[in-house]
Amino acid sequence: MATTSEETSARNADGVREFEIDVRTQDVELNMGPQHPATHGVLRVLLRADGEILTGGQCHLGYLHRCAEKIGESVDYIQYLPYTDRYDYLAAMNNNLGYSLAVEKLLGVEVPVRGQYLRTIIAELNRIASHLVAVGTYGLDVGAFTPFFYALREREMILDLFEKICGARLTYSYIRPGGVMNDAPAGWLEGVDEFCDWMDSKWKEHWNLLIESKIFIERTAKVGVVTAEQAIDWGCTGPMLRGSGVDWDLRRDQPYLVYDRLDYQVIVGVGHRGTVGDCFDRTYVRMFEIVESVKMIRQCLAAIQDGEVCHPDVGLLLRPAPGEAYVGIENPRGELGHYIVSDGSKIAKRVRVRAPSFCNLAVIEDILPGCMLADAAAIIGATDIVIGETDR
Amino acid sequence: MNVAAIFPTDPAAAAAALAQQGNLATDALQGVLPAGVPWWMITLGGAGLGFAAIMGFVTVMSMFSIWLERKVAGHIQVRLGPMRVGGWHGWAQSIADGVKLLLKEDIVILGADKVLFKLAPALVLGTALATFVALPFGPGAMIADVDLGVYFIIAISSVTTIGIIMAGWGSNNKWSVYGAMREAAQVASYEIPFGLSLMPPVIYYGSFSLRAATEAQAGWGGLHWYIFDPLTFWVAIPSFVLFFVSILAETKRAPFDLPESESELVAGFHTEYSGIRFSFFFLEEYAAMFVMSGVGAAFWFGGWNFPGLSLLEGSPVLHSLAAVGVFTVKSMLLVFVMMWVRWTVPRLRIDQVMTLGYKYLTPLTLICVFAAALAEYLKS
Repeated sequence: MATTSEETSARNADGVREFEIDVRTQDVELNMGPQHPATHGVLRVLLRADGEILTGGQCHLGYLHRCAEKIGESVDYIQYLPYTDRYDYLAAMNNNLGYSLAVEKLLGVEVPVRGQYLRTIIAELNRIASHLVAVGTYGLDVGAFTPFFYALREREMILDLFEKICGARLTYSYIRPGGVMNDAPAGWLEGVDEFCDWMDSKWKEHWNLLIESKIFIERTAKVGVVTAEQAIDWGCTGPMLRGSGVDWDLRRDQPYLVYDRLDYQVIVGVGHRGTVGDCFDRTYVRMFEIVESVKMIRQCLAAIQDGEVCHPDVGLLLRPAPGEAYVGIENPRGELGHYIVSDGSKIAKRVRVRAPSFCNLAVIEDILPGCMLADAAAIIGATDIVIGETDR
Repeated sequence: MNVAAIFPTDPAAAAAALAQQGNLATDALQGVLPAGVPWWMITLGGAGLGFAAIMGFVTVMSMFSIWLERKVAGHIQVRLGPMRVGGWHGWAQSIADGVKLLLKEDIVILGADKVLFKLAPALVLGTALATFVALPFGPGAMIADVDLGVYFIIAISSVTTIGIIMAGWGSNNKWSVYGAMREAAQVASYEIPFGLSLMPPVIYYGSFSLRAATEAQAGWGGLHWYIFDPLTFWVAIPSFVLFFVSILAETKRAPFDLPESESELVAGFHTEYSGIRFSFFFLEEYAAMFVMSGVGAAFWFGGWNFPGLSLLEGSPVLHSLAAVGVFTVKSMLLVFVMMWVRWTVPRLRIDQVMTLGYKYLTPLTLICVFAAALAEYLKS
């Protein structure tokens, strides 16, 4: 395999061979996935490696393709709602929300205020749950096992809250066109408040245990740097984009629900421990978004009034007027866009989903060459992909 | 060396050679067996006795360690760990797992280098068991009192690496080869700080023998440990820290578990192993942890010495048993710290492991060696 030839050995400007001999070895092709512990599902990355250094990487998708968009064109509007749960199963409420907002835009209905507040609380709770899993599994990717269990402990409380409000723990279909499925049960909002206090008190634990750990900083700072230009060129959104220092958040820049009435900060990567746009910054953005989400939930809890939660005219069989609608929302992973074309019948003419994981994943092919093999796991982990969403 | 000196044919010379070996198992056999039994039978019998003792101890200790590891991991990770098998806190979990591994299908994958693939687990476990020979469990409870005890342990434990490279290469799997290469690079690099960090106590005791080191720490009612010595503790503590970091790398424990890092290399060198062959690697890991911790306990923490132990000196058997208990507990405490570290910190990258080994640990251990020499000079 190893060949040392006279021709390839380095020569200086005078053509005299230098002391070092250029040894070329054959690159190894490594199939990382579709069954691999670090690829968060059935992603397959074809890596080329020269020893421990990567010379290339290519993503192969489609192992979890379930024709979600096609199904959207063959079942009616409400029937498609449960399928939206399945693209990003860690943030199913946000998927419901994106689809519902698009359908509502087609229908031209306005959701009652209480429904909007409930949706905001739920969406932010789900963002916290999703970020907890993202940071926890990122710990697994760099070899720390314990933070994952701490993250699951906190997430468990959110899932309990979701179970109380809609009966499901993973695929909810709670937010639906017109509003939400039902009003919060008695004591539920107090439970959310308790969770906010709990999360505030435990956040520091996650920060100290994982993020401020010397080895974690060594493994993530200055690793997998995505510049702001790269992030924009590849269409990255969410923490991937904000980690690269681009101040762009759909909740603030294209407000939906009640986000324009809330006071919060958009977290942007600042190169806290390395350079702007490294894996550490993406994790940093996720960690502080948890804090901001808790802040938003508190404000919603203070402002929420009694009232209707669902628009009374939106039934189970929807026939929107012919037309098209695109709504993008800020999913935990980035911009989740739904583009729906209606021809006036009960079944959509076209449903197109812009999945954030899919666009965020593309950029890793650009940043993998030159990294170490262990960085591949760190980089894929920091993009926080959900294969259900990249493949749909 | 003269072959006749190693394998003497003359009975008197054989008896003398046996006595010289300082092999406690053969000594014991000589006391029990009638005179006239050929010397080679005594040697073989001693070896068999030693092997049985080590095998029994390692099996029980490893099973306990595996159960302990899972309980420690569980409690660190806000869960309980095994709770069902056997009743009290899942104490029989390791036995159940062992039976499961024994009964599993023994898969040798197509395309594997069968000889290497099958030989590797045996070599790895065998060398790990061999290192137990020199551990000073208690007075009269050593398999062999090797003069160069520590040297023997360093030398034999390095052979494990060859077994792991065989496993990685024989598996016909790129991830396994990566794991094996990482193991080779890592263990070869950390051999230097590991060996050097053992030099301060060797200088202090003036001996490579673990038994001599333990006996030198017997004073002060059993608390005259190297780490407590007021004249040298300033060398003992840093050298122990460096030693501990080195043994984490030598036994491939987190944060140096790169050869089997599951998030990068699936399972590293043992990806393709299953059933009893896999359990050999598993046993080796815990055996190596215990041996390394045992060296630490013997050199820094007084070995089997403990306050109150001298009260039992009237009864040699009881004294020996208590000493074995003390030594085992001390070693297990160090093993526990290794588990604690594993479940707390993330994993380093291979270049960071190398940087730590060559740029920091090696110079620091060298400084420790000089400091130890200086301490001895000042004392004299």
